[in-house]
Amino acid sequence: MSEPTEASVRAEARAWLEANWNPDLGLIEWRNKLIDSGWGVPSWPKDWYGRELPLPLELVVEEEMKRIGAVGVAKTGIRRLAAATLLAHGSDMQKEKFLRRSLTGEDTWCQLFSEPGSGSDLAGAMTRAEFKGNRWVINGQKVWTTSAHHADWGLLLARTNWDVPKHQGLSYFILDIHQPGVEVHPLRQMNGHASFNQVFFTDAEVPPEHLVADVGKGWAVATTTLMHERRGADGVGRWGMASDRKGRIYDEERAEIATVMEPYKWYPQRAGRVDLIVERAKATGRNTDPVVRQEIAKLLTLSKTAEWTALRARAAQMQGRPQGPEGSLGKLVSSHVARAAARVHTLITGADAMLAGEDSPMNGVIAEILISVPAGSIAGGTDEIQRNIISERVLHMPKEPRTDNDRPFRDVPKNIVT
Amino acid sequence: MQFSFTSEQEEFRSVLRRFLEEKSPATAVRRLMETEAGWDREGWREINQQLGLTGVHIPETFGGQGFGFVELGIVLEEMGRALLCAPYFASTVLAATAIMNAGTDGQKLALLPPIATGDTIATLAFTEPNGRWDAEGVETSATPGNGKFRLDGVKSFVLDGHTADLIVVLARRPGSRGDEGLSFFTVRGDAAGLSRRALNVIDPTRKQARLEFRSVEAELLGEEGGGAKPFARTMMQAAACLANEMVGGADRLRQSALDYANLRVQFGRTIASFQSMKHKQADMLVDVELAKSAAYQAAAAATEDDADLPALASLAKACASEAYMQTAIHTIQIHGGIGFTWDNDTHLWFKRAKSSEVFLGDPTWHREKMMQAWGV
Repeated sequence: MSEPTEASVRAEARAWLEANWNPDLGLIEWRNKLIDSGWGVPSWPKDWYGRELPLPLELVVEEEMKRIGAVGVAKTGIRRLAAATLLAHGSDMQKEKFLRRSLTGEDTWCQLFSEPGSGSDLAGAMTRAEFKGNRWVINGQKVWTTSAHHADWGLLLARTNWDVPKHQGLSYFILDIHQPGVEVHPLRQMNGHASFNQVFFTDAEVPPEHLVADVGKGWAVATTTLMHERRGADGVGRWGMASDRKGRIYDEERAEIATVMEPYKWYPQRAGRVDLIVERAKATGRNTDPVVRQEIAKLLTLSKTAEWTALRARAAQMQGRPQGPEGSLGKLVSSHVARAAARVHTLITGADAMLAGEDSPMNGVIAEILISVPAGSIAGGTDEIQRNIISERVLHMPKEPRTDNDRPFRDVPKNIVT
Repeated sequence: MQFSFTSEQEEFRSVLRRFLEEKSPATAVRRLMETEAGWDREGWREINQQLGLTGVHIPETFGGQGFGFVELGIVLEEMGRALLCAPYFASTVLAATAIMNAGTDGQKLALLPPIATGDTIATLAFTEPNGRWDAEGVETSATPGNGKFRLDGVKSFVLDGHTADLIVVLARRPGSRGDEGLSFFTVRGDAAGLSRRALNVIDPTRKQARLEFRSVEAELLGEEGGGAKPFARTMMQAAACLANEMVGGADRLRQSALDYANLRVQFGRTIASFQSMKHKQADMLVDVELAKSAAYQAAAAATEDDADLPALASLAKACASEAYMQTAIHTIQIHGGIGFTWDNDTHLWFKRAKSSEVFLGDPTWHREKMMQAWGV
């Protein structure tokens, strides 16, 4: 068989889609068909619904899907991370049970990693998993869990051994959220929204076949999940976009996306809404003040160069070149942009920047920017952790001296969690 | 718009980098910066004969290599990295570009080939002692008579103006103002009535001169009174070019600070192991990479003659100026006391950063231009 080329993949995908795409099918029915054809996740292994195509060719398939208006497999939210993680580390039984239903969108997921006592230091998780009788028993607390209130399953990182160094005592589980030992409480943020949850485990149970990889290998599995999460963060916007086409299948997809995206509705404000700056400056007349003009210009420069830097990274990736330093900066730069935008919005808005809700310009949007921006430099890796990552992995500077990974986790100083 | 270099361009860059590392080590920079000219003919001939750099963006019809501003940007980035002491920015970037923008085909055919081979060193005299970078600042007058023009006035901040063989001069019809009545002229470096004096400059690796014109006979370049447009265009292209040169210098400084932090030991550990140093280095990388994106974008816009060039060139000039200067400040700080000594090389780049920050307009001025170009 000859190597697939862009032309051959495009022709084959197009032919299949033209013969099979039908917007009158139900969402799940269509996705099952798509998964069986191998065009749903063409870069995946042939044994698991894929065609083993290289990444750039997967984008060719996406283009063909878009051209004909076909709905793809479920990619939104944590299910994307769950599928990628299980594909890499799951047992055949787990793949069999979860991959297809995650791709069809029947199963939804949440990520149970962060804890009140371990934010930046995820490997310091203290949620406890003990094997009792014929099952794992879970006790502890997770936090910052997006979508836990409508998830079916959780990707759980828990401690199974306290007598070895921290990274070696973690295991990774698939946890059924719908059980009595699991309680989900919304967590209210400083901007008034409650996009995240606290999840409490009191003797929650996990059957042994839902342990992912071996006992004590949880950190490696979690790293895979996080890697996919960061990769997603770099390409924001690609997966949250619903089609505006009419028809049953589009309605179903729109509903799915709306549910998943609901917690993220303030995220544009978190990023600073640079898009509003010029129109607001003109509307308020502040664009005539030379000081304000300078501040706007600095912000636009930062925002544009951030965008171009991301495009440089993507272009290098598409050419199959090793990623340069420009690929690791996006997260840190986006917090700079957001902070600068909040400052300039304040400058433009003047006294009205003290107002909230209906009294605030644009029916509260400006106020929401001002009180949402602080999240960006914390969520998904703080600016400080990003700088450590850039200096250690990109610039190869010495790693932080540590006092926590050469001794049993039991002996490592910890937060007092009440 | 192009967001990545082709493999040919990457190859060109790496050849150039090796070449300049060999031809322009810090010892060579220090030797040349102490001379009055600031460069030497022999070294100049070498860079031109071996790589044909002086004609890189000049069309083949006029004796050049026929590449665009992206390739010119690569050359400048590498020259900025090596802090090459040569009249390249004066001759190839400023003068040749002005001739390409303003001259008639006949004039281009006569003037460009010797610049492209490097046999003629040219420069562009546009700014005056008032230090303005726009057409409004031009006071030097060009009085017509007998089919020729006579120039009277003073030009300042003229790159390599005291050594150039050919000077392209921006002057105006007597009594005209603003964009009206501007024309380009050419004058030989040894013309009667022209007195040239090397200025005492902060950056000795790039010499500047003050030129006094007393009834100097000059040849008109292009259309009489039609100089404003080609001048504006030349300034945008030059700003894009300088931005690329600056990011090369900034990247070099960033790397030198990193190398030093990895060597320097205090309190029993390399200073690179302190988080304050690591975070500073991460911030420096961000500054430099964002500025590179701006510079590359401006070079691509200049190549494609994009309608957004006025804004992008100003954006890149402002962004690269600040990144270069900030990187230079951090680099001295990371070196500590030794960074403030003459023997340490950091100040050579620091001074180029300071000079380039102001040359062709400072960041504040360019940000305002960018805002106007975007109609804000």
